[in-house]
Amino acid sequence: MGFFIETLIGGLMAGMLYSLVALGFVLIFKSSGVFNFAQGAMVLFAALAMARFSEWANHALGGDSLLLANLIAFVGAGLVMLLVAWVVERFVLRKLVNQEGATLLMVTLGITYVLEGIGQTVFGSEIYNIDVGMPKDPVLMFESVFEGGILINKEDFIAALIAALLVGLLSLFFQKTPVGRALRAVADDHQAALSIGIPLNRIWVIVWLVAGIVALVAGIIWGSKLGVQFSLATVALRALPVVILGGLTSVPGAIVGGLIIGVGEKLSEVYIGPMVGGGIEIWFAYVLALVFLLFRPQGLFGEKIIDRV
Amino acid sequence: MSRKIGDVILDLQNISLRFGGVKALTDISFNIREHEVRAIIGPNGAGKSSMLNVINGVYHPQDGKIFYRGAERKKMEPHMAASTGIARTFQNIGLFKGMSVLDNIMTGRTLKMKSNLLLQALWFGPARSEELAHRRKVEEIIDFLEIQHIRKTPVGRLPYGLQKRVDLGRALAMEPQILLLDEPMAGMNVEEKQDMCRFILDVNDQFGTTIVLIEHDMGVVMDISDRVVVLDYGKKIGDGLPDEVRSNPEVIRAYLGAGH
Ligand SMILES: Nc1ncnc2c1ncn2[C@@H]1O[C@H](COP(=O)(O)OP(=O)(O)O)[C@@H](O)[C@H]1O
Ligand SMILES: [Mg+2]
Repeated sequence: MGFFIETLIGGLMAGMLYSLVALGFVLIFKSSGVFNFAQGAMVLFAALAMARFSEWANHALGGDSLLLANLIAFVGAGLVMLLVAWVVERFVLRKLVNQEGATLLMVTLGITYVLEGIGQTVFGSEIYNIDVGMPKDPVLMFESVFEGGILINKEDFIAALIAALLVGLLSLFFQKTPVGRALRAVADDHQAALSIGIPLNRIWVIVWLVAGIVALVAGIIWGSKLGVQFSLATVALRALPVVILGGLTSVPGAIVGGLIIGVGEKLSEVYIGPMVGGGIEIWFAYVLALVFLLFRPQGLFGEKIIDRV
Repeated sequence: MSRKIGDVILDLQNISLRFGGVKALTDISFNIREHEVRAIIGPNGAGKSSMLNVINGVYHPQDGKIFYRGAERKKMEPHMAASTGIARTFQNIGLFKGMSVLDNIMTGRTLKMKSNLLLQALWFGPARSEELAHRRKVEEIIDFLEIQHIRKTPVGRLPYGLQKRVDLGRALAMEPQILLLDEPMAGMNVEEKQDMCRFILDVNDQFGTTIVLIEHDMGVVMDISDRVVVLDYGKKIGDGLPDEVRSNPEVIRAYLGAGH
């Protein structure tokens, strides 16, 4: 029992990060109709910026304060993501507004390669570290409740906490602030939003910036755990089945979908993995999402699609 | 008539609009005077909605000129038209379905919000008190349209007639100079139509808002409009006072021909 719960908690914690990245997908899709395949590359790009800025700042400060160096790096990387958002809006979205979904998807593939290319040119292509002082040692909890207690990875726990906090903040931002209201309006009906004077272009920059910040946070968390390297981009794409499961247009869907995928991955890894010879966590999420699609093609919380006849 | 109709506020000259081979509008000229209720009528597919879409910058005509308050207007996008005081409602209702009535109408205040986007995003200080001021204005509109009881309801759940009313409310929240209404009474029963007529006339009367109205119900059109333009197959076939238009043989023919 204790072991099952331990696995479950591990899954929930990993899932929270998927939720966060999936939220990035959903925001962009809702507001601009773009399935942003470049989300993974954005994670890599942001993490690269963070790692190198932190290194440079630390060097410039004479290695005195890692915290300050990290803060500077975070702001710097945030500004870089703002620049990315601005460039994407100015030179891509604005030109391609009203194009087919497939065209826009291809364009985000292009953005993926551009970001990966520029990232490696500007920031280098080795493996870099991000050290934000994440605790690495696991702790034992609930020893009185379960025999043997529950082993919780502190790093994962803090990561999940940060992700949850960010998800919460974003939800508040969307539900409560005027800008959030404008974003929801754009997501609901472009034409109507334009007709009341909501500037679509500025909204797009904001949405891509938000997705960029999400990518930055995910990049820092994953980067500090796995090192900043090329494979970060693919780790982030593990959030893809989450959006399939949760529905492309649903914020709660992204959150719940992320948790389901996280838990599903961990449980299958531990309980089914040994039977099929391991490696299951790589494909399990997709199978889960596909099975799900058979029953609810619109996703968990997506609106039911009814064809007009 | 107690209202004083003013000078020409919007002057459309020789407007032509094509979609590929389809000529939606052909060489159409007419003007709109300040404070008047100007109706655009015509059979389905005549180009009425296209005309509204040209006025608020959704469509860009291939030919023709538009003068707004005497100055020629450059190529216009809808959000720019909005910032020059042009508001609209939609034939197929363009409300934000997931949002409450109150939130929908609040979005109409977007252009009136002065504090900068960042403050708004952080929901900070001045942005907050400003929001409250806008909220009061919106509550006035809600009272005016008699929809207090559904303030918090998501608009997707409302019956069609009430959605049309909320659509009007959102446009009113912009405090527009010109209000474009695309079939605001379509699909309504008699009572709902009467209410809508009353609201439109009150807006026109109390705030002096210029109104451009597309409507199928001839009775309504004759009742509430000052002047009427008639379109048929993208061409203008009549323009004048309601009585003049009604007795225009070409108009009669178009309407009979279309089975009205
Ligand atoms: N976005 C569009 N693309 C192609 N054709 C259009 C578009 N909008 C309108 N049309 C065409 O223009 C003509 C006039 O349409 P519309 O202005 O909607 O007429 P009305 O509102 O008078 O019923 C129709 O033939 C319609 O099919
Ligand atoms: Mg129409």
